[in-house]
Amino acid sequence: MDEKKKIRVATCSLAGCFGCHMSLLDIDEKLFDLLGMIEFDRTPFTDIKHCGSCDIGIVEGGVSNAENARVLKEFRDNCKVLVAIGACAIDGNVPALRNNIDLWDCFREVYLYEGGLEGNQIPNDPELPLPFDKVYPIYEVVKVDYFLPGCPPSADTIWKFLTDLIEGREPKLSYEMLRYD
Amino acid sequence: MGASPMNKTITIDGKTVPFVDGQTIMDAAMAFGIYIPHLCHNPEFEPHGSCKLCVVSVNGRNMTSCTMPAVEDMVVANDTPELNDDRKALVQMLFVEGNHICPACEASGNCQLQAAAYYLNMLSPHFTHFYPQRKVDASHPDIFLDLNRCILCELCVRASREVDGKNVFGISGRGIDTHLVVNSASGRLGDTNFAATDKAAHVCPTGAILIKRQGYKIPIGQRTFDRKKISEVQMELIEQIKPEPDDG
Repeated sequence: MDEKKKIRVATCSLAGCFGCHMSLLDIDEKLFDLLGMIEFDRTPFTDIKHCGSCDIGIVEGGVSNAENARVLKEFRDNCKVLVAIGACAIDGNVPALRNNIDLWDCFREVYLYEGGLEGNQIPNDPELPLPFDKVYPIYEVVKVDYFLPGCPPSADTIWKFLTDLIEGREPKLSYEMLRYD
Repeated sequence: MGASPMNKTITIDGKTVPFVDGQTIMDAAMAFGIYIPHLCHNPEFEPHGSCKLCVVSVNGRNMTSCTMPAVEDMVVANDTPELNDDRKALVQMLFVEGNHICPACEASGNCQLQAAAYYLNMLSPHFTHFYPQRKVDASHPDIFLDLNRCILCELCVRASREVDGKNVFGISGRGIDTHLVVNSASGRLGDTNFAATDKAAHVCPTGAILIKRQGYKIPIGQRTFDRKKISEVQMELIEQIKPEPDDG
């Protein structure tokens, strides 16, 4: 059994809140079962900076800036199966509330007009990723193989989905597990 | 084989369903306990036929079941993979055409658009999002109007006109510019005689019309469609509002 090659999984959070990752950790002691079946590549749980060749890539959050797009492309290029987890990756969700407001109006509101700011200026450090005009669901940027809705999906839902996928079944959620909120 | 008015039948998904003259396919199906997905239809109002979710195959042709009168010996297909795929695509288009941010919506869990999507196993909106610019009107002391969530079912228009006798709402514009308007000089809800007790304040299938200060009285997870599928809820509704079952 030990000789069997483990399934390699990468995860990341783009324009998300890490809530989906927290929900994954919420599977609690089943994490030991999970780690018996998989090994992690790039994730917030490891300190691997770039995604290597993986079986499954799990992406939380939408695409809000150039850095998000670069990471997403790296995941798509390296992962055989790409999963959109959570409402932000699937429809933009709360970050996408800015989508019908002009980007400069957003910046001015936050960095120039907000009271109590000193030396008001819009951050312009070259290290900062370039924001996009809109927040995009990841399927509008790359091909996505599976969707796992929820904000976040519950730990049980994530466990059901992952075990289906890892054991080679088509992931199937019960009515109670399919939630958008 | 008497001549009672209920001995006419149609067939829906292989089941023999009785009807009386004047009933639509939807009426007959719901009375019999067969759920046909729908959003703009509400059995308390005249059919509207606009959302197209209730399209069924009648003798091989697609028809809107909420407007199509039942006719003796019709053979209707309803719960088929093809029709449900079409219905899912329609719901997906409604999602991308508006701004439906479920986790940020007070109606989540009580929303028929969301519940229809659950029923049809929608895992993503699939199409390219429009993220349109839509207005929120909070001018009324007791009611929010959030056009981001309006799906143009016209139930509020019908309820205000037919039940409340107020004509508060209307539809304006054409094609993609079609939108709900408020019948006041300012266009604001606060400048109408709309009241939270009006029927029109309680028929919105989504979270476009919300009563203020009610939002989270029932927590997420314990709401209507968190507990039951929309098909079950609609059947219970039919039982509650069923007119006299004996012919009148």
